[in-house]
Amino acid sequence: MFDFLDSGRYDVLGAFWVTVQLALYSAIGSLIWGTVLAGMRVSPVPLMRAFGTAYVNLVRNTPLTVIIVGCSLGLYQTLAITLGGEGFDGIGFRLAVLGLVAYTGTFVCEALRSGINTVPVGQAEAARALGLSFFQVLTLIVLPQAFRSVVAPLANVLIALTKNTTVAAAIGVAEAAALMKTMIENEADALFAVFSVIAFGFIVLTLPMGLVLGWLSKRVAVKR
Amino acid sequence: MSATNVLYDVPGPGAKRRNIIYTIVFLVLFGLAAWWVLSTMADKNQLASEKWSPFVTDSRVWTTYILPGLGVTLQAAALSVVIALPLGAVLGIGRLSDHRWIRVPVGVVVEFFRAIPVLIMMVFAAQLYVQFTDIPSDSRPLYAVVTGLVLYNSSVIAEIVRAGILSLPYGQTDASKAIGMRKGQTMTYVLLPQAVTAMLPALVSQLVVIVKDTALGGALLGLQELLSQNRTITANYGANTIAAFTVIALIYIVLNFLLTSFAGWLEKRLRRAKRSTGAVLGAGDADMANGPGQAQSAAGNI
Repeated sequence: MFDFLDSGRYDVLGAFWVTVQLALYSAIGSLIWGTVLAGMRVSPVPLMRAFGTAYVNLVRNTPLTVIIVGCSLGLYQTLAITLGGEGFDGIGFRLAVLGLVAYTGTFVCEALRSGINTVPVGQAEAARALGLSFFQVLTLIVLPQAFRSVVAPLANVLIALTKNTTVAAAIGVAEAAALMKTMIENEADALFAVFSVIAFGFIVLTLPMGLVLGWLSKRVAVKR
Repeated sequence: MSATNVLYDVPGPGAKRRNIIYTIVFLVLFGLAAWWVLSTMADKNQLASEKWSPFVTDSRVWTTYILPGLGVTLQAAALSVVIALPLGAVLGIGRLSDHRWIRVPVGVVVEFFRAIPVLIMMVFAAQLYVQFTDIPSDSRPLYAVVTGLVLYNSSVIAEIVRAGILSLPYGQTDASKAIGMRKGQTMTYVLLPQAVTAMLPALVSQLVVIVKDTALGGALLGLQELLSQNRTITANYGANTIAAFTVIALIYIVLNFLLTSFAGWLEKRLRRAKRSTGAVLGAGDADMANGPGQAQSAAGNI
């Protein structure tokens, strides 16, 4: 039943490696972009707050598929922006990471903002009484505590991000979902085997993530 | 920190000056980015008025492409909700069963379908219908998309239902036991009605996820929904890719923004209501939904 795996025609591990890379680069990017957005949304400058709010509301309500397909058709094929990538695969990969970062950043931002709300008001007041500036209050006092309290929500964002990497198949990135499509077309009689292989791969990726980060969130949580 | 403005003082003269400088710096950066985008678009002739004007002047672009596409999107979303809601309720109650032989298998099913991407299920369902049914090929994409969405979202809704029931004070169950209700009666007369109110905001915001996921069907399975219309529009109106994408994205944004705002309004209203037990599952709480593992977040569903 699983003999299509031995035929050597399908690089299952390679496809999942692309999935892992997509998830990893997008996770790093969206953590940075999300933190910047969260900083903007709580900043004393009204214009930055407005930009942060508008960006989050616009991007969060757009389907990820629209963003990623738009990156490919709009940025690459119409405006010829390649992000320094070469070859069809390289460009598609970078555009997919760009789309995933733009999208996932909003969820990181909202998670962080809810984390900022868990920090007691007195902490910021004390920091301000010491004469720290807004930037110092945010980076030295509030964000470190906020990060520790949002490990669990961020874990959920990371898991969702890993699952969302499949959308990159829409612009031809050779990751797990794209491979599944090819395998299903060629191995029609092994449909259930193909499905279970790919499903198993995603469970192997996401389940430990949830468990490890769940354990970590309990460990690092600020005891109050 | 309830009000984020405790992060900074009421600005004095110095801070005001600094804020103005930051505003100007930000404006300049933003302006540069916007200028770069617009000039790149102008270079590739994407700003030309004939690429954008059809959406205002030519009603056919709406009646032939956009509105039918939106119709298919809404149809797929509505079908998925109508099927996934009862299924999810059953699964959610099943997970709370006193009987191990119900609780464990239902738990496995729910965790399984939550752990794998919805696209994988859609692709699988599409091929399943090709091989084992005689559904005509033009309605197959809709079936596949709805199947994928139902499998994924019913397990998410199951978790919402479970969380809704668990969020009720235990005194409710105690009291119904004390007046001699059976388990089924407790569930149908006492717990479920209150849980449904408590989880309404979470359910409405799950709708946003469903609407967004229908776009997968357009990109990969050939469903004629809103996103897929950009191909036909750009083919008929002179390669106006960016204009078509902007309009399509805006429609999704308006639709989902309305749903998100409605969920938020509902949540606020329910929290204020005096007669409830006070249990409300917020729009974000459903996010245990997003993957295996526990925990709640305010990040909203992805």
